[in-house]
Amino acid sequence: MSRAGLGRTLALVALLAAALFPLVVRSATWQNTAILMLMLAQLGVAWNILGGYAGQVSLGHAAFFGTGAYVSTLLALRFGLTPWVGMFAGAGVSAALSLVIGWPCFRLKGHYFAMATIAVGEIVQAVVNGWDLLGGAVGLSLPLQQTGLWHMVFNRSKLPYHYIALGLLLFTLLVNWLVTRSHVGYYLRAIKDEPDAARSLGVSLTRYKLYAIALSSGLAAMGGTLYAQKELLIDPGSTLSTGLSIKMSLVAIMGGVGTLAGPIVGAVVLTAIEEASRMGFGGTGRGTDMVVYGLLIVLIAIYQPAGILGWIRQRFPAAPAATPPARGAGEAA
Amino acid sequence: MSAPLLAVERLTKRFGGLAANEDVSFTVAAGEIVGLIGPNGAGKTTVFNSLAGFFPPTSGEIRLDGRPVAGSPPERMAALGVARTFQIVRVFKSMTVLENVMVGAMLHHRAVRAATARAWEALQLTGLERRADEPAGRLTVAEQKRLEVTRALASEPRLLLLDETMAGLTPAEVQEAVELVRRLQARGIACVVVEHVMEGIMPIADRMVVLERGRVIADGPPRAIAEDPAVIAAYLGEEYRAPGP
Amino acid sequence: MMLLQTVLSGVLIGLVYALVAVGLTLVFGVMDIVNFAHGEFLMLGMYASFWGFALWKLDPLFTLPFTALLLFGVGAALYRVVIRRITDAPMLSQIFTTFGLMILFRGLAQYFWSPDFRSVDHSVMNGKVAFAGLQFGLPQVVAAGGAVATTGAIWWFLRSTRLGAALEATAADKEAAALMGIDAQKMFALAWGLGAACAGVAGALLSTTFPIFPEVGASFILFAFVLVALGGFGSVAGAFWAGILVGVVEVVGGFLWDPAYKLVLVLSLYLLVVWLRPQGLLGKA
Repeated sequence: MSRAGLGRTLALVALLAAALFPLVVRSATWQNTAILMLMLAQLGVAWNILGGYAGQVSLGHAAFFGTGAYVSTLLALRFGLTPWVGMFAGAGVSAALSLVIGWPCFRLKGHYFAMATIAVGEIVQAVVNGWDLLGGAVGLSLPLQQTGLWHMVFNRSKLPYHYIALGLLLFTLLVNWLVTRSHVGYYLRAIKDEPDAARSLGVSLTRYKLYAIALSSGLAAMGGTLYAQKELLIDPGSTLSTGLSIKMSLVAIMGGVGTLAGPIVGAVVLTAIEEASRMGFGGTGRGTDMVVYGLLIVLIAIYQPAGILGWIRQRFPAAPAATPPARGAGEAA
Repeated sequence: MSAPLLAVERLTKRFGGLAANEDVSFTVAAGEIVGLIGPNGAGKTTVFNSLAGFFPPTSGEIRLDGRPVAGSPPERMAALGVARTFQIVRVFKSMTVLENVMVGAMLHHRAVRAATARAWEALQLTGLERRADEPAGRLTVAEQKRLEVTRALASEPRLLLLDETMAGLTPAEVQEAVELVRRLQARGIACVVVEHVMEGIMPIADRMVVLERGRVIADGPPRAIAEDPAVIAAYLGEEYRAPGP
Repeated sequence: MMLLQTVLSGVLIGLVYALVAVGLTLVFGVMDIVNFAHGEFLMLGMYASFWGFALWKLDPLFTLPFTALLLFGVGAALYRVVIRRITDAPMLSQIFTTFGLMILFRGLAQYFWSPDFRSVDHSVMNGKVAFAGLQFGLPQVVAAGGAVATTGAIWWFLRSTRLGAALEATAADKEAAALMGIDAQKMFALAWGLGAACAGVAGALLSTTFPIFPEVGASFILFAFVLVALGGFGSVAGAFWAGILVGVVEVVGGFLWDPAYKLVLVLSLYLLVVWLRPQGLLGKA
């Protein structure tokens, strides 16, 4: 079987496993872990559009996640708006915010851009922390009593959350996939590799980076809404922290930046590490998971910047596939 | 008489106190190959970068079809039909050869399928179609240079700026590059070629513009340039005999 | 009067921020790498002082030279073991490497020393100092003094010693420096050592007044970034003056408005500078 075929088979198997998991595994803790893994994967795929494909490393992405959570929650609390719509409202607000942030920040390159995103993330967290309308440091909570599909709150079982998370992940993957297959995807990769060469071929760097950040932030915001609906309590510490921003970038780095499946692999590995820490060393409070993450990132950054998937691709190279289009299709040579 | 394709008028570029280009003027007609030569530090790359839009000149004008374009950013120059290659090759290393060229093609053909077709054409013209699926980073330097030309070609330029495309090539590779530039000219593309490799540029240039210390010291057909005492004194050091009748 | 007191307090803390930033800008100036783990050197300096105190009752001021040497060693060793491998790597790799080190150090500190907050509560530095009708905490004054002394020492080193000149030469043009016989590898290790030592000394100076915990570096790294951007990447003098400016802005801002927004103020200043004048006040572009 060709490598592409193997990849597709694995993807199908993974999809099946994800779909059947909560029906087979009935333990609430494990079901919760699976949902968190799916949510983390979704955030990683969203981050990857900007960080992995376009090469603009954002270490403040939690700002968008939190925006989605807060917007949909506020709309639900104030106007009783169903989170299904609130999710898209949050995505819109987040995308708009990202354009405002991106426009000046994209002038900065590399390290400086990353540092600016940290600053922006911290500012957003500090501002929300001090904003009473948004609940300040205490945050906002959604009522437990209103359950059901309309309210996107499910009490009796976690199953609906699992499938919503899975659906959101698939949607995010779809968006990412469509981007890679369009000229936007090609341009983003060009911008990442050689921005000056891209400019000389007519690519407006700022415009395409803005496309990337708008998509990336909107999708991250949708993940934020799901989080709000699942936890029913959001506060700056859980939705806007730099630690969360770090995690979002981590899953993509570990799994493979600039690949579709990379963040998913990364999310699985990261969650596994967290669980192992919890069970083996008595909780993440001792920092063992950070030690492992840190080591992994350093090793990957030095020896295998393409992440786990990059390592796999090197070990199992694919055979070349492209052939020229049929002569009749284009003009004569 | 219609305006020449490219007219450089009294181009001056200063960096701080240093004048890299001083009062540089020359024209390029449609389909013409103009060689831009001169000793190191003469200011060739500065002219080049001004033409490509990477920085605005301090004073002077650049006209494309008579319209002023000095100070336009590279993206706009590309859209106006000016493409370039880079002295230190800048292929998109994570993309395949075909994908590299597609990025060029997408300037005028956004849809992936149309860009792919256009890219294949360009690859066939420059002879790289066998390597279409290779990651660009794995090509030899000569092939990468050829890839850059292919990529630029796919953006359908009227004027191609070639920056030391032949540097570091073996004599056989230089000949291939010469053939390639001839094929470009056959398609009606004008070229401004910055070059040190005399065997590469002398046979094909319609005209040569010689820079020394930021100024133009000669402008004429290769044979006249080769015998111009000022040029010889500044640069060639010995008479270069142009080949052919 | 109150305002004067506030401004001077700002200067005092600003001088310590400046020292941290000097370390960061030294490394950047020499090799164009932004060390996201720089705050962790400060954290290690704090812990070194703490353990010296907890185990052997040694005053942090006394152990300061040892802390400096220790952190110098850590910095240089880090260069040799890790950073050396990514000096020519793509920028993404560089970011993630120092980023990963940041997480690694925090995790190690948490593992070995627990997340509990520590403090050094007994020091020769305790007490207050009165001066022209104003009152300042002695620790703050000593910390500021120590910071100025260390920054001055670095400045003198760069300007007046051969080794310092070699370092500056490598920062200006590493190829030209190599042609003059300067070993770039040694210079890089030296820069990392000095940079770490600066942060470590700052940590030692702050150890009596700041809580000590594994993530304490996070509180300072942002400020260090701000100062380096403000003062100009690679400029020691720039970091110094920016430190004073930011210290004053932070303390005065917190005094005049809600202290919770101090961070927002400083970070907004950072973004403003970085957008409008990317090379900073005194920086090379």
